[in-house]
Amino acid sequence: MNLAHPANLTTVAYIAATILFILSLGGLSNPETSRRGNWFGIIGMTIAVIATVFGFRGSLTGDVQIVAFHGLPWIVGAMAIGGTIGIIAAKTVKMTQMPELVAIMHSLVGLAACTIGFASFIDTTPLDVPAADLAASETIHLIEIYVGILIGAVTFSGSVIAFGKLSGKIGGKPVILPGRNLINIVGLLVVLYYGYVFVAQGGIHEQAPTVQILLPLIVMTVISLLFGIHMVMAIGGADMPVVVSMLNSYSGWAAAATGFMLSNDLLIVVGALVGSSGAILSYIMCRAMNRKFLAVISGGFGTGGGAVAKKADGEPQGEVTPISSSDTAELLKNAKNVIIVPGYGMAVAQAQHTVYEITKFLREKGVNVRFGIHPVAGRMPGHMNVLLAEAKVPYDIVLEMDELNEDFPDTDVSMVIGANDIVNPAAEDDPTSPIAGMPVLQVWKAKTSIVMKRSMASGYAGVDNPLFYKENNRMLFGDAKKMLEEVLTALKA
Amino acid sequence: MPQRIGIPKETFTGEKRVAISPDVVEKLIKLGFAVQVETGAGEGASFYDDALAAAGAKIVSAAELYASSDIVFKVREPDLNDVAKLKDGTTLISFVWPAQNPELMKALAAKKLTVLAMDCVPRLLSRAQKMDALTSMAGIGGYRAVIEAANAFGRYFNGQITAAGKIPPAKVFIAGAGVAGLAAIGTSVGLGAVVRANDTRAEVADQVKSMGAEFIKVDYEEEGSGGGGYAKVMSEGFQKAQREMYAKQAKDVDIIITTALIPGKPAPRLITAEMVASMKPGSVIVDMAAERGGNCELTEPDKAVVKNGVTIIGYTDLASRLAKQSSTLYATNLLRLTEELCKAKDGQIVVNMEDDAIRGFTVIKDGEITWPPPPLKLPAPPAPKPAAAPVVKEEPKKSGAGMAIMALVAACLFALIGATAPTAFIGHFTVFVLAVFVGYMVVWNVTPALHTPLMSVTNAISSIITIGALLQVAPPAAPGRPDFLILIIAVVGITLTSINTFGGFAVTRRMLMMFHK
Repeated sequence: MNLAHPANLTTVAYIAATILFILSLGGLSNPETSRRGNWFGIIGMTIAVIATVFGFRGSLTGDVQIVAFHGLPWIVGAMAIGGTIGIIAAKTVKMTQMPELVAIMHSLVGLAACTIGFASFIDTTPLDVPAADLAASETIHLIEIYVGILIGAVTFSGSVIAFGKLSGKIGGKPVILPGRNLINIVGLLVVLYYGYVFVAQGGIHEQAPTVQILLPLIVMTVISLLFGIHMVMAIGGADMPVVVSMLNSYSGWAAAATGFMLSNDLLIVVGALVGSSGAILSYIMCRAMNRKFLAVISGGFGTGGGAVAKKADGEPQGEVTPISSSDTAELLKNAKNVIIVPGYGMAVAQAQHTVYEITKFLREKGVNVRFGIHPVAGRMPGHMNVLLAEAKVPYDIVLEMDELNEDFPDTDVSMVIGANDIVNPAAEDDPTSPIAGMPVLQVWKAKTSIVMKRSMASGYAGVDNPLFYKENNRMLFGDAKKMLEEVLTALKA
Repeated sequence: MPQRIGIPKETFTGEKRVAISPDVVEKLIKLGFAVQVETGAGEGASFYDDALAAAGAKIVSAAELYASSDIVFKVREPDLNDVAKLKDGTTLISFVWPAQNPELMKALAAKKLTVLAMDCVPRLLSRAQKMDALTSMAGIGGYRAVIEAANAFGRYFNGQITAAGKIPPAKVFIAGAGVAGLAAIGTSVGLGAVVRANDTRAEVADQVKSMGAEFIKVDYEEEGSGGGGYAKVMSEGFQKAQREMYAKQAKDVDIIITTALIPGKPAPRLITAEMVASMKPGSVIVDMAAERGGNCELTEPDKAVVKNGVTIIGYTDLASRLAKQSSTLYATNLLRLTEELCKAKDGQIVVNMEDDAIRGFTVIKDGEITWPPPPLKLPAPPAPKPAAAPVVKEEPKKSGAGMAIMALVAACLFALIGATAPTAFIGHFTVFVLAVFVGYMVVWNVTPALHTPLMSVTNAISSIITIGALLQVAPPAAPGRPDFLILIIAVVGITLTSINTFGGFAVTRRMLMMFHK
């Protein structure tokens, strides 16, 4: 190209890509505009990649090409392989497995951040700054590498464990090591120490990396990996939405750190966007459980206080009234207003399609059926919405907790499918309950509530649920899918 | 050897109910018991012998029944004749009213019986509610009271506009909104009447409104809840205000149904002779408290009388007048109670005096009078309000301090960066901070329903980190750079992020396609 500053073209392309990414997230404010938003994201990504591969970047000695010609085949090959794997995974994944897929994808971002960090460290290309700034820039660059790999490694191992937990390959129970806080603090001190060593030894650009020079990085990476594992292992199944959105946030921060490392504003902007998005989701999830973020991350919900409190004052213990599937059908048929509250149990039983069949049948009969979604229902933010959408439930009858919690007193039947803590009245009535203060769906205010459950086991929080013993509550025991199919048969009969 | 449950015919004159239904026979047999019913016991409730026999009951004579039953189900408390027929050691489950029938209690104890009183089921234990026959009988009574009133009332209940003119709806006033009162409200509303109700317990106002009636307050401040869900005797000032309110209602309404009872006291006099005289001719009063002296001064128990053109109905057998319904519900209450006594489902009852509910209704245990039971250890009513309030108040204060600390830390951090970092870093830092804020603003607008797509799309976008790897693949040569090693690492990075890019966008698209109206 014969332009004076071809690097400016790349910069402008990056600005366009940034705007497209922002629009992409903005599009998700509404299902109508969301598909367009996804296209904005795709276009933005394409522009960013093309502008990088064929573009220039500014330097003190004039603009230079970013990727030399001989790199192209490698790039195309890598993208073809990765792209194929990605698309196959996207096409075959079941909607109930979305949390696992998202978790494993976070791990890839984390791993990529690590590889880029290491590659950047062994790169001997001199930093492109005026000589006066060289020393400070050098230090900052090393800190950036160190931090980038640290975040990347935690994201990677944490996401792998989250994937294992979500897919059931690792037990959902929190694993709490004795002296866990001490372990974390010691780990942190070691990481800080080696960070100091790493930055102090400095000037890596004149020599080939040796094991000795790499040692601080390697120790730090191992500790970060262990820290990621340790952190997510300690978190219980019901807190998974927080973990998944937190890892989402981390993958963004990892990208931003990489951007600093490579002096690339596009990476910084996008990393910051993703990072704050994940952070907000974590915050929303924590608020929905009335818990502090740190309390969730320090883990162990449903093992410590919860279990003790339950044994200490097991007061709500009482008789439950079972109900048959045919009586359930009868109740639903005679109702005017029905609210269905789905939880993780519906996902496990893959019952969303049957739920929709029942909904469709009732709606045709003129019953006003709606869905009430608690923010932390399921294992990731918005999990239930996706499952219901998959089953073709129109999104305008799927409402958030705040939108319909007032309507329960006018509801004839509220039906809880595989949810527990999110409908627990103890959160409102019992200040000593471990989940006290958590906003819950007030299903018990309906004329009749029906809880579908496999057995009388308590929820992930390990808290007994007084709802089951309420006079207007009925229990429909059994596998959610099987029981719902029976209800559907009875409805149609 | 399963225990035998015997159900005799009720001997009280006019009593049509029976303590069994064919459904319950089947379920008792499933619990392991043998069931025998006296010939013709269920006729009054339209449960004929063949239906009960078909359900598995043995039909026997009265003599055989009393001689061979281990457990006897009854509706009314037994009279002394019945007691004489019971064999020693039998378990009797029935209404007993131990407070009103001390003689009967002595006679029952003398026979070494175990007596479970259906009127002593602790209503406040939620798990005992399924056995609470007083509630089911009261509900039926309330319904029947309205039906009796409608029968005696010479007009429609619902308002109509016909070719022959406009008919106003009947006005019904219900005194006492307990179970019977609420059932009466529901029935009257169902028939189309305009319904008003009053109760000394202010907490029932919401229940009254929820049934579709208007709650009439007495213009006097006093709380009338006497504990245990019952009413108490009110002060003189209150009673005066209450009388004025009743007098006003009596002039206005067509039908009055009174259900006011206070435990262990005669029924309160609510409707005086003057009030009856002030009512419109053709009006009806149904006095559900007739058995306990009546809420109306002119009530004659078990009779319908007409005074000053007002029909005053004092039937004491309202539940019996709906014999099939009340027998069905009563038998179900008995079944639930039997289930409590026979948790092993082995056809043997165990009267476990450690159990709060069972202790409550066991009035005689093996010939020893155990009535009245010790007061229930009820869980203290939750007081979340005062406990919750201070917590809420503390929150903003705490977070205010937190905010200040955060702001301070941020300010220090910014100062530090500004003082030490080179220019290039400051530029990137500016971009970073602004981008965080843009992200913050944009993401709050995302609808919660799309949080999963948000995560998968941000996931795809975060694979922009691929740019980092692209920068490293093949930059301009530099001295001593391990080109090939970096190339390989970068290619691995590009492969990983490509999985994410393509997979992330594709799965987001797949999800978003599913959302439809």
